[in-house]
Amino acid sequence: MQPSEADLKALMIASLDGDKAAYRTLLEEMRWRLCAYFRNRLSRDAAEIDDLVQDTLMAIHNHRGTYDRTQMFTAWSYAIARHKLIDHFRRSGRRQTVPLDDAASLFVADESASVDARHDLEKALQTLPPATQALIRDIKLRELSNAQAAAARGMSETAVKVALHRGLKKLGAYFHGEGGAK
Amino acid sequence: MSDEFLRSLSADLAPVSRWTVARRLALGMSGGVIVSAVLMLVLLGPRPDLDQSMTTAMFWMKLAYALAFAVIAGLAAERLARPAASARGRIEWLAAPILLVIVIAALRLAAAAPDSRALMLMGQSARVCPWRILFFALPPLAGLVWAMRGLAPTRLREAGAAIGLAAGGAGAFVYALACTESTAPFLAIWYTLGIAACAALGWALGPLVLRWR
Repeated sequence: MQPSEADLKALMIASLDGDKAAYRTLLEEMRWRLCAYFRNRLSRDAAEIDDLVQDTLMAIHNHRGTYDRTQMFTAWSYAIARHKLIDHFRRSGRRQTVPLDDAASLFVADESASVDARHDLEKALQTLPPATQALIRDIKLRELSNAQAAAARGMSETAVKVALHRGLKKLGAYFHGEGGAK
Repeated sequence: MSDEFLRSLSADLAPVSRWTVARRLALGMSGGVIVSAVLMLVLLGPRPDLDQSMTTAMFWMKLAYALAFAVIAGLAAERLARPAASARGRIEWLAAPILLVIVIAALRLAAAAPDSRALMLMGQSARVCPWRILFFALPPLAGLVWAMRGLAPTRLREAGAAIGLAAGGAGAFVYALACTESTAPFLAIWYTLGIAACAALGWALGPLVLRWR
């Protein structure tokens, strides 16, 4: 099963206290997460993505002292990834002959919007019962199938469908009630 | 990327203190303040009536006002030096000293004879005061920029404004030891303006100088 925010945070706090095994697990986990993050936003050659992942892991390592133990670990680490991505766009903007200034600024705006959206989604998810939250994370965010999620939680597939449907409806209501203000 | 790389990172792991961020900012700030203090002593010298003025409330109020900016904005910067963190819950505290000084200034002005009000507002040095505060704020600002660059701010304008405010407070603190003005309205306007100018400078410079690797 995928580690949750709480798992990652616990690993990070152990790492800050010097636990090398926990740190190794955290880095492995972050490696594929960052791969997915950059692949979704660049979809170019593997070497470029590999460089960015390595750069970001290096930054996470060098700046681990800036992690506040009360903060969300995913918010912290993805903010670093985003910083690295913007850097990457700036550098490649300078290299290429295509005027990338506009493209880069569009990208920056789009990026911050998606980070905000993620944050909003996290807040909305917090309002649901824990079991439903886990289902939505598994199926909608990690793209497991209904059957896989059912197996992982020891539920029937029908029960998963019903719970998922209710959860999404509640989320919808949350964003309609509060999303209007944003 | 190789497993070798991950192994080298985890082999390099040493425990990290919770105070890493605060310590670095404090180091940058104190280095800058020392430079400012030396500059103040060389260029202006402490106010000649330092002994007597230390018995007045106004002397301490100026120092306290400046210190409040340095401390509160410093605490906000301690947040903004971290990826994805916000200064909310800290920066709002600045409203307290600002409102307090405005209220005291208004009361003093209201109680004063009408023809002495202009002097209370302008003192002898209104034209140079904000510029001098900005000048003495530059070394702490440089120190805080150095500190921030070694940390990891991701909201560069906000981080720049926060260290600008903190440096402005520090600059005002140093200058207050040389400045002979002694009215609350003067403090409320010209000190605040000098500090705000430094915050604006930090806000403008943030995206240019605070990018880290």
